[in-house]
Amino acid sequence: MTTDRASVIEQLSTLLYTRKGLLLAVLLAPPLLWFGIVYLGSLLALLANSFFRLDDFTGQIVREFGFSNFLEIFSPTNLDVALRSTLMAIAVTAACTAIGFPVAYYMARHARGTQKALLFVAIMLPLWSSYVVRLYAWKLLLAKEGAISWTLQTMNAQWLLDGLLSLPVIGGSSLSFSPMGTFVVFVYMWLPFMILPIQAAIERIPGSYLEASSDLGASPSQSFWQVVWPLAIPGVAAGSIFTFSLTLGDYIIPQVIGNSTLYIGQVVFRQQGVAGNLPFAAAFSLVPILIIAVYLYLAKRKGAFDAL
Amino acid sequence: MTYAVSLRDVTCTFKSSGKFVHAVSGINLDIERGEFFTLLGPSGSGKTTCLRMIGGFTLPTSGTIAIEGEDVSQSPPYTRPINTVFQDYALFPHMSVLDNVAYGLMVRGMDRRTREAKAMNLLETVQLPDAAQRKPAQLSGGQRQRVALARALINEPRVLLLDEPLGALDLKLREQMQSELKSLQRKLGITFIFVTHDQHEALSMSDRIGVFNQGKIEQIATPDELYHRPRTRFVAEFVGTANILEGKDAKRFGFGDAVMIRPEQITIISQQDDAVHGKPQATGIIKDVQFFGAFWRVSVQGIEGGAYFLVDVPMLHLAAPPQVGAAANLFWNADAFHIISQTAVEAQAA
Repeated sequence: MTTDRASVIEQLSTLLYTRKGLLLAVLLAPPLLWFGIVYLGSLLALLANSFFRLDDFTGQIVREFGFSNFLEIFSPTNLDVALRSTLMAIAVTAACTAIGFPVAYYMARHARGTQKALLFVAIMLPLWSSYVVRLYAWKLLLAKEGAISWTLQTMNAQWLLDGLLSLPVIGGSSLSFSPMGTFVVFVYMWLPFMILPIQAAIERIPGSYLEASSDLGASPSQSFWQVVWPLAIPGVAAGSIFTFSLTLGDYIIPQVIGNSTLYIGQVVFRQQGVAGNLPFAAAFSLVPILIIAVYLYLAKRKGAFDAL
Repeated sequence: MTYAVSLRDVTCTFKSSGKFVHAVSGINLDIERGEFFTLLGPSGSGKTTCLRMIGGFTLPTSGTIAIEGEDVSQSPPYTRPINTVFQDYALFPHMSVLDNVAYGLMVRGMDRRTREAKAMNLLETVQLPDAAQRKPAQLSGGQRQRVALARALINEPRVLLLDEPLGALDLKLREQMQSELKSLQRKLGITFIFVTHDQHEALSMSDRIGVFNQGKIEQIATPDELYHRPRTRFVAEFVGTANILEGKDAKRFGFGDAVMIRPEQITIISQQDDAVHGKPQATGIIKDVQFFGAFWRVSVQGIEGGAYFLVDVPMLHLAAPPQVGAAANLFWNADAFHIISQTAVEAQAA
């Protein structure tokens, strides 16, 4: 009996060894089915939904093909939301890149051993706790009587904060009720997603490239812009997809911190929840997908992925 | 006279896991203009550290490094009139071959047309004019090597550093590149400083060789002198196969200290006829025979005393291979023995 079983296993393993395609199919089928049916299926359902409409009178979804939701997106209010969200996403991405790059560079090129491990932990640590808890912690920090305000007061620098808050558009009654505060928290939340891919990209650049650049007469800043930056761009692009799409899609941060202006995520959330207008929510959630597609297309045309 | 490169009491110490490691300790070296100088040594002997200090990638802990008489000990690489061919070539993967070669001119602000014309010229010198628009990843190892060479030559350096540039190539290509490098060096008249652990490469290409051992230079000499008159036992064994006789073995043949003789300087005769050949210097039994193509390497255990000889017998001298177990009579010219020092001595700058 045992020899029979052994030979069956042996035959199976021989079969899998000789037919490489079969092995690949066995290994790839489950994830492909998941992606194909569950993931793409839900996206297609979303797309299909976006062409239906809500009957205002009965509150029922009318399953008829039409473009009314897309026309509604172009109303001034909704365009305003889309534009504000995009600008915020761009600002957050730029800030994450500017803050994250030096950290990533240091981790990849200079930090060794324990120091490197500690830096990784420090960057990942925030991700170990709930994002909502951290969000409320920031609310306390940014509040009118909060830690930041108090610190500035004791340093006799309250005027600085007041000056910042009196700025139009980004200002507000306090940091926690201004777009500035929303921006700060967005940057804080998504920074790890920017640092890690950049760090991985820089780590793949051999040290000899920098030595060769310097050897050929390039100053450190020339070496950076001619060698490090082009080779790190795929990492920056990967990180910026995270920061960009996470900012565009988030509806909790701007609800807790900021003034009452709306972002795409909030509109989608309210439309499908409170208003029950799933078709419009679906149509509006296609906006970030479209924006990111345009962004990736531009990045590719600029040669961001040539070095991959 | 001014030397192309000169090192005075150069020491380089690293701190590795809490301990200080002397990669290079107290080196003196003068390299003349237009010379093909090789730093030869086993891995970890300090030859690469020495090259990196000349290039400016590693700064010396103490001592001075001068290029064309100018002290550059603490200068960064981009200010030194020196260029380097790296072991892994370090070609920039995101740039075309042409842009790689023109890089040194680009960072100096030369306009695109002039620098590309110059780069094309150099690509022709290294026989790769058709590869200009390709990316480094599309080239073979030998082609990358040529691009790296062209890129390092674009700034017309006074001194070219080559860090084991042929290590990644297969034997055939390596031999071809060796002769090309040598003729290029003659044509350009640039000082080449070449690092290798391959003694054949060093002996065949260099004007002079500095042999490194444990962070020190054991001897600086021409290939011929190094091979036939090594100063120390380490040098004798590193640059080739050596029979070394010490103590009573040396005394038995009339030498005081340690002596060395190369395997090809000994003649072996199996059927001894004193009337024809005279009396043999030593006799023994053949213990092992190895085929090397051009010659047989025969191991002979001396009968009197423990001396053990390796003898290279050219193929054309023999009809049949030497037989293991057969008696062997060894002959040599007494002048062929060279006296070596047993202890490592620091070579003086030549």
